[in-house]
Amino acid sequence: MANNTEYKGLLGWVDERFPLMETWKAHMSEYYAPKNFNAWYYFGVLAMLVLVIQIVSGIFLTMHYKPDAELAFASVEYIMRDVPGGWFIRYMHSTGASAFFIVVYFHMFRGLMYGSYKGKRELIWLIGMVIYLALMAEAFMGYMLPWGQMSFWGAQVIINLFNTIPLVGESLSLWIRGDFVISDPTLNRLFAFHVAAVPLILVALVFVHIVALHTVGSNNPDGVEIKKLKNEKGIPLDGVPFHPYYTVHDIPAIVVFLMVFFSIIFFAPEMGGYFLEHANFEPANPLKTPEHIAPVWYFTPFYTVLRAVTLSPFMGTLAMFGAIIMLFLLPWLDRNPIKSWRYRNTAHMLNLAIFAAVFIILGYLGVKAVTPEFKEMGVRMTEIYFMFFAVIYVHSNSTKPGRYLVWFVILAAAVFIIDFIRYNPGDAASAAQIMWQWVWPIGYLALTLLLPYFMKSCNAEKEVPERVTS
Amino acid sequence: MSDSDSNTVDKKRRRMLIAATAAVGAVGTAGFAAPLLISWMPSARAKAAGAPVEVNISKIEPGQLVRVIWRGKPVWFIRRSEETLKNLPSNDPLLADPESSVEAQQPAYAKNADRSIKPEMLVLIGICTHLGCSPTYRPELAPADLGANWKGGFYCPCHGSRFDLAGRVFKNVPAPTNLVVPPYYYKSDDVVLVGEDGGAA
Ligand code: HEM
Ligand code: FES
Repeated sequence: MANNTEYKGLLGWVDERFPLMETWKAHMSEYYAPKNFNAWYYFGVLAMLVLVIQIVSGIFLTMHYKPDAELAFASVEYIMRDVPGGWFIRYMHSTGASAFFIVVYFHMFRGLMYGSYKGKRELIWLIGMVIYLALMAEAFMGYMLPWGQMSFWGAQVIINLFNTIPLVGESLSLWIRGDFVISDPTLNRLFAFHVAAVPLILVALVFVHIVALHTVGSNNPDGVEIKKLKNEKGIPLDGVPFHPYYTVHDIPAIVVFLMVFFSIIFFAPEMGGYFLEHANFEPANPLKTPEHIAPVWYFTPFYTVLRAVTLSPFMGTLAMFGAIIMLFLLPWLDRNPIKSWRYRNTAHMLNLAIFAAVFIILGYLGVKAVTPEFKEMGVRMTEIYFMFFAVIYVHSNSTKPGRYLVWFVILAAAVFIIDFIRYNPGDAASAAQIMWQWVWPIGYLALTLLLPYFMKSCNAEKEVPERVTS
Repeated sequence: MSDSDSNTVDKKRRRMLIAATAAVGAVGTAGFAAPLLISWMPSARAKAAGAPVEVNISKIEPGQLVRVIWRGKPVWFIRRSEETLKNLPSNDPLLADPESSVEAQQPAYAKNADRSIKPEMLVLIGICTHLGCSPTYRPELAPADLGANWKGGFYCPCHGSRFDLAGRVFKNVPAPTNLVVPPYYYKSDDVVLVGEDGGAA
């Protein structure tokens, strides 16, 4: 191939020395994507766009920022006030961080709805989850850099999570901090990770994410494998070349996204304290934690899980990381051969919808102070969060509804045993909350397990079509 | 290579060579990684900062909380009123460790009902035993957000842990243990030294 390229001129010269056109064809002009993509399929491209925005704005911020506990806060103020256009670069970067998570959460939920982690796509999903982890680490370390009150106390809590590990915890967190308290060495090393190590890893991961996707081929809203039916040239009947069809198709989405993105930068860059928290406009003070402290919105669901599990700090940490680990396991929990929720039973649709709602409620609770009512609700939502994974496993096989009943009993019993352990009549306020808020997890189990058991129509799966629809 | 050559490859020998190369490589990698990993340990400069701190407590009013910094951490001084001290035992049934039985949380001379050397002066490290935030001082009785049973104490804004006015932790909160009492001693009636126990322990 290399020596007899069909291309002339400069292109031909390069193509003889580098597989340029081969790559272009494999990933763009001859990569056949299902023709029935809907709006949910924009978010992958948008995530790549945000990644580029973050890298470019980040490089320019680094030109003015000083990673030194004495100078960091002032250097950020300097960027905001004195560097020409500095405020714009900073707001691009801070808004980009939140935009990244919005886009990625939609992208992940798309995967849940259409079963995109199935049919040899487990690795795409796993790489995606590692990207998500790296993204969270990157966001956390970036948030530390302005060295404001939230930076300091957020870092304190996150690094102390390692402290809760039995035996090695203390030395591990000391090693991470590089000091007995959060201080200059901590800031300096997290800076190195934030601007060099993690971005490199992220870019590499996104690359292999796409390579894995293009090896298996994209899933679609119908969950139909388009490679099963091909024409005489070997082109999938339901496929269209990614370029020009989807490249052009994606442009309006990018334009709309950028319109929203820049509106936020110009009109609400702090987003009422959710994108940039008010307490972070005060310099770090190791003597005093701000009275209202909550992580940035994209971490709050996991933060609520941490607060809900009070058995021991280590258990809280485990539950929090466990909540993320469970997502890694999805391809092996959901064994149902039908991919898209369009053709699954009603109970599965309810399960996904409730899971999304619970994730949002967990996030909401995470920005609120802990009252007995909210505290109990946090526990209940955490219970549903984890039971979701059991229920999605049980839904793998809809032909044996008897198992729904068995699992209803097992999971409901687990909920009540935990209640029994937690119940303490001496603490009247919490006890009263336990006594009524059990309706959330039990109601959830009733909707997802009892409903399909008693109502045949809610357990009925539909025929998956041969070809994609519309 | 001709066919006959490839037929006479000594597989055992080749495997042995691969294993040996890999082993040397692993040692090399470890040798390269060790200094990088060690560079994360606290530097000599970080270790040097840890001197004891002297505090004059004569100006602290009843109910007032004063913060000083020791080893980069907040240390609190609170002058407790008679009433506060009288209220302490009534918290006992709600506490996780009312008797201060976890040894590491206080020096022996502060392992008593009010967790201090002199009952009126409470000295605590102001760092939550959960994940290290500095709890908020809430001395008032029964405020709306903390409930009718609240006799004054500390509320941690990070994950809602609660402590009473002796730094003892309540049940069913994320923090597992009482707040830490640092080593300290009275140099005179008015001056406390934090960071050493003056041979008392
Ligand atoms: C930096 C972040 C990410 C980028 C840039 C990215 C990029 C992309 C792109 C461009 C696609 C193809 C277009 C599309 O299907 O929307 C894709 C597909 C996919 N991504 Fe991601 N992704 C990211 C994070 C994630 C995460 C966190 C997950 C989930 C754990 C994930 C799971 C998937 C799956 C399962 C597919 C295949 C979807 C299908 O074929 O239906 N990705 N990704
Ligand atoms: S750090 Fe105080 S409750 Fe978590």
